[in-house]
Amino acid sequence: MAQVMERKRLLSPDYKLGEALEKALSLSPSKIIEAVKDSNLKGRGGAGFPTGLKWDLAAKAEGTTKYVICNADEGEPGTFKDRVLLLEHTDKLLEGMIIAGHAIGSANGIIYLRAEYRWMLKDLKAKIEQYKNKNWLGKNILKKGFDFDVEIRLNAGAYVCGEETALIESLEGKRGEPRNKPPYPVEKGYLQCPTIVNNVETFCYIPFIITEGPEEFKKYGTERSTGTKLFSVSGDCNNPGVYELDLGTKVKDLLELVDAKNTKAVQIGGAGGVTIGEKDFDKPIAFEGYPPGGSIIVFDKSRNMRHVLMNFMEFFVEESCGQCTPCREGTMRILEAVEKLEKGEHVSEEYLEKLVELAEVMAVSAKCGLGQTAANPFIYIYKNFKEDL
Amino acid sequence: MKTLEVHKDVKEAVSKHGKKKELLLPILQELVEKRSYLTEDIIRDVAIEMDMSPNEVYSVASFYAFINVKPTGKFVVRVCHTISCDLAGKEEIIKALEKELRIKVGNTTDDRLFTLSTTPCIGMCDQGPAMLVNDDVYTRLDSKKAVEIIRDYKRKAE
Repeated sequence: MAQVMERKRLLSPDYKLGEALEKALSLSPSKIIEAVKDSNLKGRGGAGFPTGLKWDLAAKAEGTTKYVICNADEGEPGTFKDRVLLLEHTDKLLEGMIIAGHAIGSANGIIYLRAEYRWMLKDLKAKIEQYKNKNWLGKNILKKGFDFDVEIRLNAGAYVCGEETALIESLEGKRGEPRNKPPYPVEKGYLQCPTIVNNVETFCYIPFIITEGPEEFKKYGTERSTGTKLFSVSGDCNNPGVYELDLGTKVKDLLELVDAKNTKAVQIGGAGGVTIGEKDFDKPIAFEGYPPGGSIIVFDKSRNMRHVLMNFMEFFVEESCGQCTPCREGTMRILEAVEKLEKGEHVSEEYLEKLVELAEVMAVSAKCGLGQTAANPFIYIYKNFKEDL
Repeated sequence: MKTLEVHKDVKEAVSKHGKKKELLLPILQELVEKRSYLTEDIIRDVAIEMDMSPNEVYSVASFYAFINVKPTGKFVVRVCHTISCDLAGKEEIIKALEKELRIKVGNTTDDRLFTLSTTPCIGMCDQGPAMLVNDDVYTRLDSKKAVEIIRDYKRKAE
């Protein structure tokens, strides 16, 4: 019997359609922002920026046209929780976006959907139509004098566009290359207007916070990482899938829950996350622990971690946008060395140490999160699974 | 004649979405859907219609993996090659498809029906190996199933 409890808060089957929307539109924008701030909800895409603060900044930013953007560009290796939300919990997402619009004073919502999920487009569009027919989208929603619309725009196959400023560039019809920050999107985002970009899952928690209240939300998780979180689990385990768990859940409890046996390593937080071995399985996944983006990939003892490292580095070489040198060159140098090792060629200890230095340079000098974390698989596998290299 | 058709498609796509620069991507996506890939002619025509330089249009188009700027088949097969699908056996699938289509990954069949490629994570990690054929997703593949899917597309195209 697993010690860890699977929760059904976000994934609750008895969701009362429209209740949150009705309630939120009767509240003032500042009351909504206060509730979201009180909940201490942090961005569920992985970066963990406080959602309430983001909304507050956008609400206070000057400008008559503002944008609410849903980041549905789920591309992190091993992540598929947003797929489940987009397919089965679309109401929570749409209500969350409308409430966000009311909170920051925006009439424009955009769902930025990854091209790989284009097969969902028809159903999502039908749902939006339904909302328009019910007057939950459009003019004077629920006769509360608030206008809001949602359109869907598609990415075209570029992982880096999950980074919020790259996403905005892409929406503006440009190459999806991350911008320099500041200015942050809350001041100057899409078309230079104040913009919030939130992950699908982040929006989906909003109806819960509105109807149940921040205190109920905070009952789960830890003090610094409140609430539950969806985890996408894949790899060597008997029950892969999406799990809703408290933030702060320990790796070993999660492994037990998904029935993983003979586990050698776990990749937490996606390709740029951490690769840990058995000695660290008793540590928690939380904003103060292992990265809680939600991607969990399990490797059993039959796997060679050099092969895993090579796969991740191939991923980063392919997905680096090429704009800044540390990322573009750094990922290639690391892959080059790993390919040599894979072929059985000799790579000196000295050279590998040099690559560790290079990895440190990438972490501090790359422009965006992709480049800053792209060397992580090398750092962690070199440190924790040296015998496999 | 062919140039005229191209011109008509571009005009239609631009007038459907509008001439605003931020709508360039939806326009290019629509043209890829219609014509499989963007030729130099298409890119030049889009540039004229949008009042942009062809270089700028090409630089945007070539950034995105799903905007094909090289000759591409009617059906683009994209096998996920990221780690979870790798653990689940994507290599077998690729080998089977290479044999079936008689081309290597990255190439297009002579009849311009199929392009075989690999793609990073498509969000089906719990159901791998997985692949996309144009917009459709196929999961829990084995070699036999993957080959059958391809044969189905072949039949449909005949």
